[in-house]
Amino acid sequence: MLDHSHSALPAAPGVGYKAQHFSDILHSSDPVKWLEIHAENYMGSGGRPIAQLRHLAERFPISCHGVGLSIGGEAPLDRDHLARLAHLAAWLNPASFSEHLAWSTHDAAFLNDLLPVPYTGAALARVADHIDQVQSALGRRMLLENPSTYLAFASSEMSEIAFLTAIARRTGCGLLLDVNNVHVSCTNQQTDPYAYINAFPLELVGEIHLGGHDAQQDDSGAPLLIDSHGAPVVDPVWQLYRHTIARGGARPTLIEWDNDVPNWATLAAEAALAQDVLAFA
Amino acid sequence: MTSQSAFRAALFDADLPAPPGLTGPAGRPVGNRFNVYRNNVVVSLTEALQSSFPVVQKLVGHEFFTAMAGLFIRQNPPSSPLLMFYGEAMPAFLVSFPPAQAFGYLPDIARLELALRQSYHAADAQPITAAELSAVPPQALPALRLTLTPATRLIRSHWPIHAIWRFNSVEHAPKPVMQAEDALILRPAFDPVPHLLPLGGAALLSALAEGMPLAEAAESANPQPDIAALLALLLQGGGIGSLTTKTA
Repeated sequence: MLDHSHSALPAAPGVGYKAQHFSDILHSSDPVKWLEIHAENYMGSGGRPIAQLRHLAERFPISCHGVGLSIGGEAPLDRDHLARLAHLAAWLNPASFSEHLAWSTHDAAFLNDLLPVPYTGAALARVADHIDQVQSALGRRMLLENPSTYLAFASSEMSEIAFLTAIARRTGCGLLLDVNNVHVSCTNQQTDPYAYINAFPLELVGEIHLGGHDAQQDDSGAPLLIDSHGAPVVDPVWQLYRHTIARGGARPTLIEWDNDVPNWATLAAEAALAQDVLAFA
Repeated sequence: MTSQSAFRAALFDADLPAPPGLTGPAGRPVGNRFNVYRNNVVVSLTEALQSSFPVVQKLVGHEFFTAMAGLFIRQNPPSSPLLMFYGEAMPAFLVSFPPAQAFGYLPDIARLELALRQSYHAADAQPITAAELSAVPPQALPALRLTLTPATRLIRSHWPIHAIWRFNSVEHAPKPVMQAEDALILRPAFDPVPHLLPLGGAALLSALAEGMPLAEAAESANPQPDIAALLALLLQGGGIGSLTTKTA
């Protein structure tokens, strides 16, 4: 069953927008049907970033992806940041807004990483409360993204999926399923990524992310994958993605490539691979 | 329980063990896995500083800059998720960072690079045109007051900051000569450009920016710069936001 109620993005490939691709995008007839931006890059007062975004928004549905709200933080949400986000959402009117199940700010310091949250009842109450605030400030539903994890908390009381599902049920938010994060986390936690997808509430998923990662080992020699957004999507992630689409149906699917960004042709070719999978949904 | 305070403290101090309550797969010890987060934080913030301060990095070298960034980040973590404005504390940090003392001009170069970044993201504005300025009758010019557009920035220095910046940013730019230089950043469309101001130019522009009428602002500058040339530079770079000849 298709459920587009969690997102107004088309169930087609999109890519993360990079300024160096601006003119290629405007002249492309590629399978890229929508663009995702990092909200924080468009919170200046004016200049080229905002002018380019206004231009692109006339041609493409835009997914606004926040990386700085610290929804999983122990501290209250940053009111100023929430106001900046509401301002951006008001003029841009994006097709979707999403953020991460993670924290990044503590004691007024922004740490610029997606730091992990224990899956406890207390954390669940806090995250749900923060999502209520975001949705009420933006006047729209948001999508919450599953993290890449490198370790676990002894204090966790439930699975990641139980945690995400409870958040979505309690707040009415949708979920952003990052299939690369599933592969990374399940490898790192030594669990089965297919069992993860089979247990995931795919009817709540409004968007899928695909991206690249680095492969390392921990000090015991166990595999340790690190989410990098700096490489092509690997075959096991494509297979897991095919399984996800076969099980849940077509979804808006983002190619996320933020570091060592390739030329437009390479990025569009990755989007075409996602299109091939979506075509058979 | 693993508090976020303990997590944050351990992120910035590699000598601390990983915070308690963390495990590896299937409850096994966490080992070195916490270092992934330590590494992500320092590497990503170092990259943010490299992108904000390319000329500072060129002047001190990649290795020096990376080591310095590691210290800077621990002392001055970003106070907001708007990383494009990260590094406001860099000039003051460079003043008091002993290994940077050999480069006396570094703090002012950092100020210039911060101002370029602020100009890039400043609000758009419709600048005053040459025709609008020419419409002011000559006898009203002494009383002319003007405001600068939001992307316009003025950086004063005892060092040749404009020449040093150009030598490290523009191909075939001449070698800097030791002299005090003031720079005016103008953003005609979307790309901020630093211009060298003549002697007295910065004093005149500061006075104008504070709302002083043209004649009075010119008096306050010593030496008096070529006012027509300065106004022409401002006009070309879209630097004048509004003008009036009415008394305040």
